[in-house]
Amino acid sequence: MIIVITGTRKGIGRYLAEHYLGQGHNVIGCSRDTTTLSHSKYYHYYMDVSDEKDVRKMFFGIKKNFGSIDVLINNAGVASMNHSFLMHIKTIYDIIDTNIVGTFLCSREAAKIMKDKKRGKIINFTSFAVPFKLEGEAVYAASKAAVITLTEVLSKEYAPFGITVNAVAPAATKTDLVKNVPENTMNNLLKRQTIHRYCEFHEIVNVIDFFINNDMITGETVYMGGI
Amino acid sequence: MVEKEKITEVVLGCIADFNVLNGTSIIADINTVLFGMGSELDSIDFVSLIVAIEDKICYEYGVVISLTSEKAMSKKNSPFRTIGTLVDYISELV
Repeated sequence: MIIVITGTRKGIGRYLAEHYLGQGHNVIGCSRDTTTLSHSKYYHYYMDVSDEKDVRKMFFGIKKNFGSIDVLINNAGVASMNHSFLMHIKTIYDIIDTNIVGTFLCSREAAKIMKDKKRGKIINFTSFAVPFKLEGEAVYAASKAAVITLTEVLSKEYAPFGITVNAVAPAATKTDLVKNVPENTMNNLLKRQTIHRYCEFHEIVNVIDFFINNDMITGETVYMGGI
Repeated sequence: MVEKEKITEVVLGCIADFNVLNGTSIIADINTVLFGMGSELDSIDFVSLIVAIEDKICYEYGVVISLTSEKAMSKKNSPFRTIGTLVDYISELV
């Protein structure tokens, strides 16, 4: 398969890239910074997912070099835990640009390529911050709520082209997004989940594989850990 | 700078390809309506054609453009209304 994953420099994106490379797939990744990931089947673009020109160029390059895309995983995301009184406007735009605009642009450009083969899977990342109405995550949660809506609407727009669009909302996971969140805040969060523990990366892969292997599921969000 | 005649050729070529692929017989000239009243294309055909033109411009001229517009759905001012308006719009972008 040809799998495009955004935000592969670290965290879940990096894990996903290594996982699918390990299975013998071609993986095209991207990030705003340099990557140390090196593999004969890995291709990296340095770009910003919210820059329309960059995104167009990347997907045009993918079409030229690979001819098609089987799976797009919109993993790139940013978060900033802060009371709304203290949230800087630049941070607000950064969250909106990466999480909403980036997901939209990459989905659109991937779907244009997928539609030629009348098949494709788009998997977005949303968050438990949406159903939990997480304090201190107003803009992040709003952006991830938008990702759910994008997932639902795009699933309808792309269904005639044989493309499914779904979203996974991992439970609390040990990534950079939560590294600055105080321990007791995270513990309280784990208590609110139905399953009171951190989510493991391989468990997220299971949900993504479920979407990849299922042609009859679209417009859905899977909340991991129970809400 | 790509000449308008060449862009017109690309657009007409895409419509010819579209006819072959879909068994349609859209007669294409600069006045052919692509969008809104009088168009023979349904919404899925229309977006597919626009994507095909976008692609062809990229391949033929190495210019990565995005055929999107705030006025896309305007009945009066949509750059996608006819082949002629579309060619004018593309020539502004390349």
